[in-house]
Amino acid sequence: MIHKTVASVSEALNGLSDGMTLMLGGFGLCGIPENCIAQMVKTGVKDITCISNNAGVDDFGLGLLLQQRQIKKMISSYVGENDEFERQMLSGELQVDLIPQGTLAERCKAAQSGIPAFYTPAGYGTEVGEGKESREFNGKMHLLEHAFKADFAFVKAWKGDSTGNLIFKGTARNFNACMAGAAKITVAEVEELVPVGSLDPNDIHVPGIFVQRIFQGKTYEKRIEQRTVRPRN
Amino acid sequence: MLDKNGIAKRIAQEVKNGYYVNLGIGIPTLVANHVRSDIELEFQSENGVLGMGPFPFEGEEDPDIINAGKQTITTLPGASFFDSSTSFSMIRGQHVDLTILGAMEVAENGDIANWKIPGRMVKGMGGAMDLVASAENIIVAMMHTNKKGESKLLKRCSLPLTGVGCVKRIATNLAFLEVTDHGFKLLERAPGVSVEEIKKATEGTLIIEEPIPEMNI
Repeated sequence: MIHKTVASVSEALNGLSDGMTLMLGGFGLCGIPENCIAQMVKTGVKDITCISNNAGVDDFGLGLLLQQRQIKKMISSYVGENDEFERQMLSGELQVDLIPQGTLAERCKAAQSGIPAFYTPAGYGTEVGEGKESREFNGKMHLLEHAFKADFAFVKAWKGDSTGNLIFKGTARNFNACMAGAAKITVAEVEELVPVGSLDPNDIHVPGIFVQRIFQGKTYEKRIEQRTVRPRN
Repeated sequence: MLDKNGIAKRIAQEVKNGYYVNLGIGIPTLVANHVRSDIELEFQSENGVLGMGPFPFEGEEDPDIINAGKQTITTLPGASFFDSSTSFSMIRGQHVDLTILGAMEVAENGDIANWKIPGRMVKGMGGAMDLVASAENIIVAMMHTNKKGESKLLKRCSLPLTGVGCVKRIATNLAFLEVTDHGFKLLERAPGVSVEEIKKATEGTLIIEEPIPEMNI
């Protein structure tokens, strides 16, 4: 086995510099790499391009990096929960590339898998398709979409071991499992870093080969965006 | 005339035994409350869950278990979790039997617009473009007219499109309609609504083959 545990979040972010392109896992605030984001705020890294399904909320998730104006460009599918985002987008400070969610996921997956590009019907005939190569398959039009190229992928898992094997909980798997291994360096932060051998190989969601650095995260807030409940009776 | 729950109730009649169903945000979410209890189905949410159940009881919310609207949910026996790529394999691969979503405009050729109003806040399309581009069976749930009273069933969409020629059926507060090669075919009237009222509220071509039955809900 190969040991990938790093001692701290600052070690995990070693080599991160201004102008880089980063993938960040999560859907809404579910399964976001909270520790890595907090550390990026601390280091002040700037002019970054973030590939992330959403942009956090004003005071949490990627919203924290937006507040400090550290993000140059967002590549997302849905960004509707963030006033600061809206302000920066409308004023032209922030570049935004909105793409269909399935295309976003598959562009990560393609990068992970060494597939340079693929065809999808999503967005054909809409402004998403403008300027893109299109082709008919089985009587239906498709757009050519390319794999992402990123410097770092930051993912968050429930459990992990020192070789980088990851297990997720619930819907927190989302983009995390597609981004692991899709960038030059994948950093995984986990709620529980467990001894090698204690995870059943049958249960691994992401094999360690896709992860270069792993560390035990601290004090997960796991904020709920829309708390919906039903009455007990 | 129907309220939002009435629209959801009418659409629920289209859900068949054995269906995997993806529900959009808004009126479509309400459909889950009206499906007959003897029908076996599973709800898919594109953030990565099949077998979605009702909202949790207070105190039992789990931040790791949410739906695509970022709401806390529960799962039912037989449920599964998966990553975003697998989720859209289910959608693009046409494993999901029925997609129900809202719209700002629908055109008589089946075009749909529901993600962007130029000059105003742009929130993004989320999974809507993938859903409408791939699903065989798409039902739109919406009010027949907008807040200004203008028809949302048009000859051509005026807003940026989400997908082309994809909508099959539409349930509104006034009517249940089918998109055909020749325009919107009126299938049913909402309770107490006349054909004349539907005509007045529909800008696109409306095909009427009298008599038009009233919905049975």
